[in-house]
Amino acid sequence: MTARTTTAMLYLDGVTVSFDGFRALNNLSFALEPGEMRAIIGPNGAGKTTMMDVVTGKTRPDNGEVFFDGTHDLTKLDESEIAELGIGRKFQKPTVFDMHTVQDNILLALKSDRSPLGTLFWRESAEADRCIDGILQVVRLTAVRQRVAGSLSHGQKQWLEIGMLLAQKPKLLLVDEPVAGMTDAETRQTAELLKEINRERTVVVVEHDMAFVRELGVKVTVLHEGAVLAEGPIDQVSANERVIEVYLGR
Amino acid sequence: MTSFPLTRTLDREAVIFLALLGAIAVLVPALNLALPQSSPFSLSSYTVATFGKYICYALLALALDLIWGYCGILSLGHGAFFALGGYAMGMYLMRQIGTRGVYANPVLPDFMVFLNWKELPVYWYGFQHFPYALLMVVLVPGLLAFVFGWFAFRSRVTGVYFSIITQALTYALMLGFFRNNFGFGGNNGLTDYKDILGFNVQAPETRAALFAISTVALMLAFVVCRAIVTSKFGKVLIAIRDAEARTRFLGYRVEAYKLCVFTLSACMAGIAGALYVPQVGIINPSEFSPGNSIEAVIWVAVGGRGTLTGAVLGAILVNKGKTWFTTGMLAPYWLFVLGGLFVAVTLLLPRGIVGSIRHWLAVWRERRPAQSVAVVDPRPAE
Repeated sequence: MTARTTTAMLYLDGVTVSFDGFRALNNLSFALEPGEMRAIIGPNGAGKTTMMDVVTGKTRPDNGEVFFDGTHDLTKLDESEIAELGIGRKFQKPTVFDMHTVQDNILLALKSDRSPLGTLFWRESAEADRCIDGILQVVRLTAVRQRVAGSLSHGQKQWLEIGMLLAQKPKLLLVDEPVAGMTDAETRQTAELLKEINRERTVVVVEHDMAFVRELGVKVTVLHEGAVLAEGPIDQVSANERVIEVYLGR
Repeated sequence: MTSFPLTRTLDREAVIFLALLGAIAVLVPALNLALPQSSPFSLSSYTVATFGKYICYALLALALDLIWGYCGILSLGHGAFFALGGYAMGMYLMRQIGTRGVYANPVLPDFMVFLNWKELPVYWYGFQHFPYALLMVVLVPGLLAFVFGWFAFRSRVTGVYFSIITQALTYALMLGFFRNNFGFGGNNGLTDYKDILGFNVQAPETRAALFAISTVALMLAFVVCRAIVTSKFGKVLIAIRDAEARTRFLGYRVEAYKLCVFTLSACMAGIAGALYVPQVGIINPSEFSPGNSIEAVIWVAVGGRGTLTGAVLGAILVNKGKTWFTTGMLAPYWLFVLGGLFVAVTLLLPRGIVGSIRHWLAVWRERRPAQSVAVVDPRPAE
């Protein structure tokens, strides 16, 4: 274990990623304090999803440093190792295991031995059952516990995926467009849910929906062309000239 | 073992299925040996051997269903593992011939004498011992699958790309085994066996025993597969099949799971091949032909992917149909029928026979009040 290089939960410095000459991330730097919730906004192609790919190990940066919890160099690890460290990711499109029941989806996400032998000899336990109960309550899916995930509504799938993230007990949660395709009521409930989650964990939310971001009431980072354009409270950011120009529109 | 509660591993369908196989394992040899040939219920030795062949194919289909139906790995080269297991058994049987061969060489099989070889190649050493041959039956396919899978899964080769390289693998092996200097009898393969563990391979009693052993092997493999797919390991396999990236981001080492199940499946295919060879009396390089592996995939598709019982049923039904077709005047049209069958099943019965029956039962149960079983369509075939 190397010494902590930073107090930040997540620390990106000078990260550059290019695909065939196109710079998806261009010298991107930002830091996230433990316990913080951060909203990341930006127009299409600003590099929001690429940033998440870099943090979760799906894409290796060409340049730059990415540190988690001050000690782990994420550029050296792959997806499953990063997940084991305690970084959970929710995809843009809800991705759950359609053929498994809701409870099995949560079960697979619960923190436990991930090795093939570990799962082969795994046994049901009352404790795991209680954990699943608790999580289903938080994400409001107790009533559909036995249903197969494929039969859930879009919004329910989003929540199930968030539930799966909670089951992983991550220190840091990356949430990509959690309210896309949700009704207003569902959007409000999701905002509440994320705030609840933020009490114990650090959260990054990538979102397009400005009303939703306002509802979260957290610090906002605006990305543009792979770099940070502005950072601060939502009101300050949305008054920024450059932000209005590239993103909010006149 | 308490880790695999029997009730979870063996549900009602599995118990009925095992009972059926058990009955076949006892009845078929009994009807062959105990009844006089004049009896209308008597089974000829030919029938026993043919049915024994289907049972070996069923074991191959089971191995294929484990990786394709549950983990989404479509191997179009599983016949290679089957043939390697078969060759390992064939090498043992060749060494048992001894001085009874045409050239009466106590050590060298006939084809080596014919090629003017003076001594036994090193890789033939030890095959006169049955336990060693049995070990090789499992080890050689398992090792090949492990090395092959190691590279393929680590490089994240998936989907059709994986299927294509498995096809190339079996094709390459076929070309190799066709060569005389490869040391496996070239074109003719290994044949003209005399006895196995001291019993005459042609004797009806030996054939009956081989049949029973094959069926018991199939039952054991079925129980092992059930234990796997009903465990949490099995849930992870299905998770990988349906959303690989999600499984990875949950912290599971997808390649480790794929490697485990692929290697196990190859070992099972090897055992199937080893049981097949003494019953048909020959193994030659055509067993490696890509067409054989594709046929195995069709058996599984017909019976129902991801059902296990369906794989066994599909293998037996399609091969029964093949025997029926290819022994009559319709023989030239068999490949058209097989191709048509695959297209028809894919279009009309994507869940296969067993999968469809299960689906209809679930729908029927759901329609009954006070019970709700949700049903989703399985994903379309890849």
